[in-house]
This record gives sequence, structure tokens and C-alpha cells, in this order.
Amino acid sequence: MAVTAPPAPVPVPQETKPARGLLHRPTATRGFWSWWTTIDHKKIAILYGGLALFFFLVGGIEALFIRLQLAQPNGTVLTAAQYNTFFTMHGTTMIFLMGMPLAVAFGNYLIPVMIGARDVAFPRLNMFGFWVFLLGGIFIYSGFLWHGAPNGGWFGYTPLTSTPIAGVPGGAGPALPGQGPNFWAVGLVMLGIGSVATALNFIVTILNMRAPGMTLMRMPAFVWMMFVTAFLTVFAMPCVTAALIMVFFDRNFSTNFFLASNGGDPLLYQNLFWLFGHPEVYILILPGMGIVSEILPTFSRKPLFGYAVVVFSGIAIGFLGWGVWAHHMFATGLGPAVVTAFSLSTMLIAIPTGVKIFNWLGTVWGGSLRLNTPMLFALGFIAMFTIGGLSGVTHAIVPADTQQTDTYYVVAHFHYVLFGGLVFAIFGGFFYWWPKVFGRMLDDRMGKITFWLMLIGFNLTFFPMHILGLEGMPRRTYTYAPGMGFDGLNLAITIGAFIIALSVFVFLVNIVYTARRGPIASGDPWDARTIEWSIPSPAPAYNFAQIPHIRARDDFWHRKYTEDEEGRLVKLPAGAADAGEVLLSDEEASKIHVPSPSYWPLVASLGLPILGYAAVFKQPFLAIPGALVLLYGVYAWAMEPSTAPEPDVE
Amino acid sequence: MCALALGLGAVLTGCRSNNNGQNSLHPAGPAAHKIDNLFAVVFWIAVVIGVLVIGGTVYLAIRYRHREGKPDNPKQVHGNTPLEIGWTIVPLVILMVVAVPTVATIFELAKKPTGPNVLNVEVVGKQWWWQFNYPGKQKLVGPKVGNTVVTSTELHIPVKTPVYLSEESNNVIHSFWVPELNGKKDVVPGRTNHNTIEADHPGTFLGTCAEYCGLAHADMRFRVIAEPMSQFKEWLAGQQQGPAQPWTGEVKELTSTKYGCTSCHIFAPTSSDPAANTKAALNAYAPNLVHLASRSTFAGGTQKLNHENLIRWITNAPGVVPMESKRCLVPSAPCTGMPSFTKNTPHGFPKMTPEDANTIVNFLLGEK
Amino acid sequence: MAQATLPRDDAHGGHDEHGAHARPQTNTGTTNPKLAMWVFLASECLFFGAFIATFLLYRGKSVKGPTPKDVLNIPFTSVTSFILLMSSLTMVLALAAIQRGDHRRFRVWVMATALFGLTFISGQIYEFTEFFRKGLSLKTNVFGSSFFVLTGIHGAHVTVGIIWLLSLWGLSLQGKLHVQNSEAVEIAGLYWHFVDVVWIVIFTVVYLIPK
Repeated sequence: MAVTAPPAPVPVPQETKPARGLLHRPTATRGFWSWWTTIDHKKIAILYGGLALFFFLVGGIEALFIRLQLAQPNGTVLTAAQYNTFFTMHGTTMIFLMGMPLAVAFGNYLIPVMIGARDVAFPRLNMFGFWVFLLGGIFIYSGFLWHGAPNGGWFGYTPLTSTPIAGVPGGAGPALPGQGPNFWAVGLVMLGIGSVATALNFIVTILNMRAPGMTLMRMPAFVWMMFVTAFLTVFAMPCVTAALIMVFFDRNFSTNFFLASNGGDPLLYQNLFWLFGHPEVYILILPGMGIVSEILPTFSRKPLFGYAVVVFSGIAIGFLGWGVWAHHMFATGLGPAVVTAFSLSTMLIAIPTGVKIFNWLGTVWGGSLRLNTPMLFALGFIAMFTIGGLSGVTHAIVPADTQQTDTYYVVAHFHYVLFGGLVFAIFGGFFYWWPKVFGRMLDDRMGKITFWLMLIGFNLTFFPMHILGLEGMPRRTYTYAPGMGFDGLNLAITIGAFIIALSVFVFLVNIVYTARRGPIASGDPWDARTIEWSIPSPAPAYNFAQIPHIRARDDFWHRKYTEDEEGRLVKLPAGAADAGEVLLSDEEASKIHVPSPSYWPLVASLGLPILGYAAVFKQPFLAIPGALVLLYGVYAWAMEPSTAPEPDVE
Repeated sequence: MCALALGLGAVLTGCRSNNNGQNSLHPAGPAAHKIDNLFAVVFWIAVVIGVLVIGGTVYLAIRYRHREGKPDNPKQVHGNTPLEIGWTIVPLVILMVVAVPTVATIFELAKKPTGPNVLNVEVVGKQWWWQFNYPGKQKLVGPKVGNTVVTSTELHIPVKTPVYLSEESNNVIHSFWVPELNGKKDVVPGRTNHNTIEADHPGTFLGTCAEYCGLAHADMRFRVIAEPMSQFKEWLAGQQQGPAQPWTGEVKELTSTKYGCTSCHIFAPTSSDPAANTKAALNAYAPNLVHLASRSTFAGGTQKLNHENLIRWITNAPGVVPMESKRCLVPSAPCTGMPSFTKNTPHGFPKMTPEDANTIVNFLLGEK
Repeated sequence: MAQATLPRDDAHGGHDEHGAHARPQTNTGTTNPKLAMWVFLASECLFFGAFIATFLLYRGKSVKGPTPKDVLNIPFTSVTSFILLMSSLTMVLALAAIQRGDHRRFRVWVMATALFGLTFISGQIYEFTEFFRKGLSLKTNVFGSSFFVLTGIHGAHVTVGIIWLLSLWGLSLQGKLHVQNSEAVEIAGLYWHFVDVVWIVIFTVVYLIPK
């Protein structure tokens, strides 16, 4: 049973003359400037995570303003125009700038170390994805500088967003004056480019770069869920990109895609958007399900119950997710036959989701549970996500949905899915993998405070919204009349929102506090199962000193434990487990070839916002420098070998 | 656990008692009752499942938590095929049970009402108010096109009579929703959507636009006033009369020339052809002001109709309800919503004096 | 233990975008860049699919002319379409040439491919101006909107392909393309063939299916 790794890539001699061009190849791998040119998937993951967390705070502050405005009837904290901007940007931020990038952050860090790879398939494309995310986020938010922050809602229904800025010829005025929808449409197209690039990268990495023995059915469930997510991203993004291009053309070049008086159909947009938008929901929640599927086994000291079923139900969700989009449109007048079909398909997708929940409970059943913070968040996820799932089933009951859609009931539903689901999972993931990423533990006691505050604040915020919606409060309204019986619940919701804010604050304090004082983490602080815990914490640049040979699902666990005849856990003699946890000396490490840093992803990505501003302000001359920067970046990138030549061998 | 379920039940009962006129749990018409009955079944199924799953999660977390001195070698169970098949099939069966009444109700609610007494009303969503047309050429309204009634913000219907709504928009998507009478139906440009409402008993039912439609979406409210048939007929006859007062002299001069109100509003029929007048009223950009004073609210149903509110409105509407009216400052650019006549007056129009405002409002209040 | 090994193909693979050197194996046997291109093209299918579906939805929905019948010049576009199809053949020849190390022929064929592409684009520009002259613009009706945006986006894809091919031609002139990194040509070829195939669909939908 020889555990021999395949030989590290042998460098082929390269031409050694210095590269021509404006910029010399960056060499720094440590320090401030290394972050600008890094192509290490782990550093990029930290960048993604940090920036997404920042946007989480921004989106959260927007939510707090929304809640202050609605704390009492006829509120005056925000004007209607500000309110409409805030709810649009809250949704856009939380979905495109927080949810997706945070999932990417986890995927970026974990996929290579979970499948036994040294990096992702395309390290520079990975960095390009990050820069596009950063610049896209700045681009959308820069609308505030031109009184043009997006204000058409996160799904930007036409013709509201697509009516020409000058108004319809001979008809009404503009539906939404200003540049808001332009910034929104162009910004989302930009972010879509970054998402697709990253998803391509994940797919190729997972298909091509698994360590020997890491068959598909031995991959951690998290990797599987990211795999499905990446496919959903690759196929969903082009649909919305097409829709956004049509919106942009309608609004700026007076095309007729959604102009009913000229034969256009506003519902085409809804079909295209939700064809993206529903898979998007699974793009957001599947990574959360993956995270929970890793945490529960570790803290129960039992394998994931029915691994294959969890994987296949994830795939089933991925497929069925394409056949349910019109359940967002039950009130649009599709006719009873179409509506019935989508009602039934929506009920159907509840089944794989339910199966997953039962399998998680099966994992916990009979375990030896350690109720640390990650486990609390994972259990919280199950409970909260169940509520979101059940309220989702009530949406499949079309007649009931016609009462619920576009009310606070829906707001409650998708926050139970995306906050109770995704955000709980992500916080669990933070506490779980923090030691692997930063080498220090987060404080568990503060973590538990975060959990309980968040659980209480979350339910106080979102549970009453079910009631408000059923009692007739529509969503996206900047105000409501007194005397409707909405006052008390709205006040409670606002208080709940601030409790959530407090829980996030405690989390931030935890980060700062433990950055210096947190206990140093060993390579395997949780006695965990998957191979990322077999390497030192924080993971070294090369990930694995030797690429591991994988002999089983939860390979690392089986190096530590075996089972007796009754199936009970038996610890193997120490030593076997530590094989992977080798920290190489700098000299040894330098012999492992990891891709070298590069400027070009940054340069290429800088072209995109320039092109974006050219589009928004319709300045063709601005497009020329944008295109040139993009082209120059791409050319230099293409000409640059992925690994820099050895500076001086011998 | 039982306490939790009972608690949720109590919450539901509490919600049902909120008599705000806009409560989907307080149905007042056949369609709303059907929906509510269906929802109640699914709600209780969901509560039972939710309590079992969440209760189970909490129970498992407590029951199996690791404690000092307890053995730490749980049995390694990798799965259990019969169990997993079981919890795939059980939800499937539950959903199939739920699907049957769902599909039946979908088709029931989609049926077009028939019978001699059906009232047809056209609902038109505009930014940001509702126009209601009672087309002529139907039994309840009258035989001629000229019998058509065009009103806004307050939809009068006779009780225990199905009202078949045809919904249209020429601008953006809106959604017509009177929770106590039926679920919502979007009003989509380029399509005519239908919805049927019927009230069991007389009363005022509140409605609101439920699809985000721009700046003042929150203020795009309306009310449905259900009355006994005789009272409804009386109201309809009143609406079919000409204006209550002549539109001449100073008022006409102020509203047509000086402040240009007539570029959007109708104050009185101007043509000798009733069909032309009907067409003008149907296509007006802003609410028909003939018989304005017969309504109790205006401005998307957000304001009580009285002298003080009307003065505030016609002098500075964007100060009452937010309006996209800045573009009126540019010559020939249409604005969206009602402009201000004291701040940022539309291009080419003067500021409105208090005297003029008073004259116009007095005229409007006389428009019974 | 035997179960530890996977079937591997040592001949192919690449750890990075330009697998010219240092080639660890891949699990699927397809190199990373090629696999990425396939997935990317799958993604593009949905992108074009959305515009093609839009065009189909709006067939015959224009409230005023000109209609397709009034403007489409089928013989002309058939010729330019044929030329674009021929460019796929020359692309195949170019790849074959570089794979056997015939650099001179590679440059001839890749240049021919680019020129065929340019001919197609010129035809499209002529067609657009002709339609515009006949009164069809983006604004005219839903046919104009969906036609120009669909074919325009395809034209943009062809243009990107031409720039790509010319870049390969330039690289070859500088002696930077070898048999070993001929995969760069193969991947460009995949893209080029895809763009051609999409045009077959668009041509059928827009020009051939009568309405």
C-alpha cells in the first residue's frame, strides 16, 4: 500500500530572457502588494470573502434604513425615491455581491484542498473573476454619484426598467427617470461575466484536477454541491445577460422588445429573467447545503447519512430548478393549464429538498454531537430552512400564491431560504473553516452569542412578515397607512433587524479579537473528516506537500478511525493520520511549482468598467480605451506563461 | 411541541381577526373563501411537518449531545435505503394529496362567470392610480356606449353579484389586489387579464397595487365599495348624469389655459358626440374629474377628499404623494404623475395663487 | 492498492491555460483549456438560444413594416453564409497543418479563414445598411429589434473570432506556435466552428423558415 504521490510537475526549461512589455512579472508572494497580483486560490478566496463580507455590511445597512423607514406608518426616514433605491440595492447587493461571491469564496478555498489539487484549473482567470466582482460592485454603486443608483427592483421588471428615458413617443413619460436601470443592467452583465468565468473554472477543476483515487463519488458533498452550482451558473447567466441586453437596448436605443404598443411582450422578460432567476436561487442555496453537509458529520462523529442520496438530490434540484421558473409569474395571467404544470413541478422540487433535510437529521441521529458554533449554525440552518421550504410549498398552491405573491409573505419566505439557509450555513462555514484559513480559532463563546442573537433576531425580523403579508401588506412599499394593524409587527421587525445587526457586530469583534489572541489552530482542530484537515493550518501555498492518494470517501477520517464489528468507532494508533501534515521548508517549498503572480487579470478587468461607463453614458469614444485596455490585458495574459521562468537556475 | 403548534394556531386566529379591510385571512367573497379554505389545509399540514422537523432537530440536538464521561464512539451508520425511500415517498404522497384540490381550485377560479347579472368592469392601471370603466352595452350599465362610466380610485360593485374584471395597462405592470375578495392578478401592458370578484356582504374592501410600478407604488391604493343592488344602481345613474355644474367662465379659463389641467384631466364633456366624450375619458392621462366629489378619497386613495387636502394637492401634489414631475421643467417632455404648481411648475405655466387654487377646489367640491 | 489508481492519459493535460510545458495529467483526459472551451460554448448556446427564441416569439408580431419579406435578400445572404461555412473547412485545414508542423500552410489557411470571416462580416454590414435604407432600423418594429440584435451579436462573435485567428497568424509569423502548443489553434477552431453552426441555425430561423 504505497502512498506515493505523482511527481511534482517538472519544469520544462524556459526562455530566460526578460519579458518585454510595460510591466515586469510580479514576484511578491507576501505582503500588501502580493494581494494585487496573487493567483493563489486561497488568497483569492480570502479576497472574495472579505469583499463579500463588506458588501454584506453595506446591504445590511441598507436593510436597516429600510426597517427604520417602516418602523412606523407614514415614516419619513427615507423619501420614496431613496427607499426604492435602497430596496433595489439591498436585493442586488445581497444576491450578486454577497451571496454568490461568498459561495465562491468557500468554493475557491475548499475545492482544491478538498479534491487534493494544488490550485484551480485557471488561476489567473480566477483572479480575473475577483477583479470583475470588485469593479462590477463599484460600478453599480457608482450610480449613486450620478443620481442614478438602480431603482427598478432586483428583478427589474420591464417595461418599468425598459421604458426609454425620454418616455414613449407620443405617450407617457419615463417610467423610471435617471440612469438607475442602466447602471443596474450593465453592472449585472459585468458581474455575470465574472461569475461564468469562475464557474467554468470550478467545473474544469473538479472534473480534471482530482487527486489519484478521488473518484466523483468520493468527493466531499460540498464539492458536489459547488459542482452543480457551477453548472447552474454557466447555464443561467447567459439567459439573464440576454434579457439585460434587451432592457438596455429598449431603454437607450428605443428597440421594441418589451414595448407592448409596438408588439413587444413584457412577459418575455419575466420568462427570461426567471429562467435565470430560479436556478439562481439554487445557485445561492446549494453551496449552503454543501457546507452543512460537511459540518454535520464532523460534529456528529458520523458519516453523512445516505451520501449518494444527498448528492443525487442535489443534482435533481439542479435539473428540476430549470422547470419551475413560471411559479414567479402565477399572477401574470398565464392561463390555468400552464399554471397547473408549474404548480406541480414546484411541488416536485420540494421532494429532493425534503430528502436532504431528512438525511441531515439521519446524520445527527445517534451521533455524539459537539454543539460548537459551526454545529449550532448547521442545526439552525435545518430548522430555518425547513420553514422557508414549507412556505415555499404554499407558493406552489397557486390560488394561495395569488394572495401571497408580492407581499411580505414572499419576503418572509425567501429570507427564510436565503438568510435562514445560506447565511446561517455561511456563518457556520466561517466558524468551521476559519482555523484552516487563518490558523487561529474564532472564539466559540462569542460564536455562540452570535448564533443565538442571530437566531432570535432573524425570527423576530422575518416571522412576523408572514403575517403582515397575509394581512395585506404588499412588498416594495415605502410607506403604509396607520390603522391597518401593521404598526406593531413592523416595529417588532425593525427591532429584530437591529438584533441581527448586533449579532453581526459580535462576529466582527470576534474576528478582530481572535486575530491576535485566538488560540493557534492545529491542522485538524475539529477531528474532522475531509482531506483539507490533513494539511497544516493555515494551508501552505502548495496545499499538499505530497499529492495524497485517496482510498475512501472521508479519506482523512479513515486514516484516523476504523469501525469494529458493531460499526462503532475505533481510533487507529496515532501517527497514521499525521502523514499529510508536513510543513515544508521554504527551500523545499520553492521546488513545488505553483503558478506565479500576474498583473494581467487586473489590467484586463479594468477595461470592463470603462466599457460599462461608455455604455451607460453612451460615449462611443470612451469605449475605445476600454476595449484597448481589455485587449491589451488579454493579449499580455495569453502570452505570459503561467509559471514564471526560474530566475537563475544553478 | 404541541404548545408551538397551538401557538401558531393562535397566531392564525389572531390574524383572522384583524379587520383592516385588506386581510386575506378575512375573506368576504366566494373566490377569497375558496383560496382561504385551500390555504388553511396546506397551512396545517405545513405546521405539522414543520413542528415535527424542527422539534426533531431540537430533540436530536439535546438527546445526542456529547457529555463528559459518555462513550464517544457512535455507531457509524452510512445510510438506510428503505428509510430513504420512505422519506422520499411520504412527501410525494402528501404533495399528491395537496395537488388535487389545488388543481381543481385553479380551474374553478379561472372560470368566466356567466349569468344575466354579471357586471363587466375594465380596470386600467396608470402611474399611480386606478381607473375603473363600466362599459355601456351591458345589462347593468345600459344599452349604449354613451352609458359608459369612467371613474377612478373607488370601485363600486353590487353585493352578491359576480364582477368580471378586464385588466389593462398602457404603461408599466401593475397588479390588482383586493385581498378580501380574490387573489391578485397582474395588469400587463399588451394583454388583457381577467379576474372575478364578488362580495358576500356590503362594505368597503381595500385594495392596492401589488407589483412595483415606480416611485409612488406604495400610494397606488383603491377601495372596492360593495352596496346592495338598489344603492349601486342609484350610484351608477348618478355617474351617468352630466356634470353637476357648468364648467365655464373663470374656472374653465384657469383649468384649461392658465394652468393647463386639461392636458391630462377631464372636467366636463366637450363634444356633442357621447361616444367621443367616452373615448376622451377612457384615454385621459389623469383621473376623470367629473363627479369627483362623489368619491370619499383621491390621490390613489391615500387622501380624504376635503377642501384642505385638495388645496394641498393641486398646489403641490409631489409634496403629498411622490411624483416623477421634475421632467416637466423641460419643454415638451412628459412628466409622470401630477406636477407641483408652487415649486418647479411645469414649463411655461405660472405659479398657482391661493385665490385660483380656492376657485378650482370649490368647483371640484361642487362636482357631486 | 489497486483501487487507488485511476485510468490516466499521460499524453494530454495541462495545469494552466497554456499547457505548452509542465503537463500533469487530468482526470478526464481532456486538457483543461479544451474542457473549459466546451463548457463555455455550452453556455453560449443558451445565450444565443435566448435571442433566437425572442426572434421566433416576435415573428409576425410587428405592428408595422417593413417585414422580413420586404427586406430579406435570401440569395445574397446564402452566398455569404456559404462563405462562412467554407471558413470552417479552411479552419480544419489550418489545424491539420499546424499539427503536422507545416507552418507555411497553417498561415495560408488561417489567413483564408479570417478573410472568409471578414467577407461574411462585410456582407452583414452591407445587408444592415441596405435594410436601413429600406426603412428598417432597431426602432421600427419588433422584427427590426430582434433581427438586428440577434445577427449583430452573432456578428460580434465572428469579429472576435477574426481577431483571434489573426492573432494566431501573427504568433505563427513570430515563430511562437509549435506542434506542441497547437492546442491553442484547436481551441480557436472549436470557437470558430461553434460560431458557424450558430449561424446555420440563425440563417434557417431568420431567412429560410417562411412566415
